[in-house]
Amino acid sequence: MSTSSETATSTTSGGLSKKQTLPAQEGGAPARGTRLTLRAASLGRPDAPVLDDVDLDVAPGEILTVVGPSGCGKSTLLRTLAGLLSPLGGEIAQDGRPLAGPSADRALVFQEDALLPWRTLRANVELPLAIRGVARSDRRAQAEAWLARVGLAEHARQLPHRVSGGQRQRAQLARALAGSPRAVLMDEPFGALDAQTRAGMQDLLVEVLRGTGATVVFVTHDVDEALFLGDRVALLGAGGLLAVRDVPRPRDRSAHDDPARVALRRDVLTSFGT
Amino acid sequence: MTAAPLHRRPVGRYALRVVALAVALGLWQLLTSLNVDLWLRFSQFPTVADVARAFADRLSGPDYWTDLTDSLTRIVTGFLLAAVLGVATGVLVARSRLAEDLIGPILEVVRPIPAIALVPVAILLFPSNEQGIVFITFTAAFFPVLVSTRHAVRALAPVWEEAVRTMGGGRWRILGSVILPGALPGIFGGLSVGIGVSWICVISAEMISGQYGVGYRTWQDYTIVNYPGVFVGMVTIGVLGWLTSTAVELLGRRLTRWLPRTSYVPGARVRAVRPAQPQPSPKTAPEAEEARDEHLV
Repeated sequence: MSTSSETATSTTSGGLSKKQTLPAQEGGAPARGTRLTLRAASLGRPDAPVLDDVDLDVAPGEILTVVGPSGCGKSTLLRTLAGLLSPLGGEIAQDGRPLAGPSADRALVFQEDALLPWRTLRANVELPLAIRGVARSDRRAQAEAWLARVGLAEHARQLPHRVSGGQRQRAQLARALAGSPRAVLMDEPFGALDAQTRAGMQDLLVEVLRGTGATVVFVTHDVDEALFLGDRVALLGAGGLLAVRDVPRPRDRSAHDDPARVALRRDVLTSFGT
Repeated sequence: MTAAPLHRRPVGRYALRVVALAVALGLWQLLTSLNVDLWLRFSQFPTVADVARAFADRLSGPDYWTDLTDSLTRIVTGFLLAAVLGVATGVLVARSRLAEDLIGPILEVVRPIPAIALVPVAILLFPSNEQGIVFITFTAAFFPVLVSTRHAVRALAPVWEEAVRTMGGGRWRILGSVILPGALPGIFGGLSVGIGVSWICVISAEMISGQYGVGYRTWQDYTIVNYPGVFVGMVTIGVLGWLTSTAVELLGRRLTRWLPRTSYVPGARVRAVRPAQPQPSPKTAPEAEEARDEHLV
């Protein structure tokens, strides 16, 4: 008799917890980042290794920016974290589990135009939701909400080549976040934009990321962008990771004469030998 | 403000086309009715009036429509088979090294053989003439479709596929959301070529081994020295070929509307080309350019 009652309670509690956790996960209300770890990792293609012996720990919910000169392996690092490249050696893990290929859990935002040109902006943003199996009307509404959040509500039904480069990158950001990934990997997403658009995009990014709780790895060759966006900055040089530095907060564009920030900026630049 | 030129232009162009056709027919009638024999001999040539009379006779008889439907059935069957199998094989060969190694050599050896030279093969292989003709038609269109599909798939930007993979999309999602829509412009290039070659081959095959069909009838008329009949056949082939390739062309344009078109497109509305055009109100212009993406989702 006691066993049967136990089974009954466990079933009900199981059913309840399912009902309770589902909507919370769907809405993305609680901060839900993920931890990305590299241990003694060497990265690159087998015929052209780029980075050696990288040890890096990206904490849940933090924004880690990665700076370094062209060709130092920033993109390689990011593509490996995305699961598009396998490490040549060492260990790469998400929350302690080794990565096994690409996953919707780690969205990648590309520098190039990675929107599908035959899909409207909305259809592009719908794509990760469609892959996850979200019903049509539902994903349409969600995609439109994301586009509105990045300021593209009026362009939802336009094709990518009909909007500006900055708008395309905003749409890419919306598409990456629509899949509610726990990590967002960004590969010089604003690299092709002019200075003004770029500053606006940085503000937008900070604004949009707030509340998603996603872990962000943001690759850039622009030291100021790295210092503005990052909670920490990883410096990548020829062959490997040079250093990881904390960035003083609060995030404030006008505080560029703050002594701590000036010192850090000088440090970063000198560590590349500039 | 744009109503008058927008309307007048296409009408004017269509009128021009009709006039050009009429002038060509008039010249034909003139040369043949006057029995002009210079270096080219028009005296043996049927006049336009003869051909028109023969055409009218044919239209009232039962055979013409049987010929027409027979030829159309053959070409539609062969062409659709070629479209489906050509695209499938093209994607397979472009995406899989194993498939390329296994079937690539066979395809490369068979490809240079003119489809019409496969008539003996068709006669040996297929129990009925009908199937043989469809086979010839199929082979004719298959290779253009295959080759253009293969090229189009290989030319796709890798970043599109990587984007879908990092969204958790698998093989079939990549096929449906990236490869097929992305390769569509190239595929339609192959289909356009394919439908033309298909017509050449279906007519030739009918001439050699058909029973009924426009090609068969044309050849029959030739053997009994019914020249106006031959011309009726030729005109029929021309019109059917034109209609089918236009259908393929229109379907292709409909499905690849997303392509950024900056250059001149025959039959398309000419706008935004003239530099002096006043700026359209920002509300209406983007809406006019909105695309329907539903069929690709």
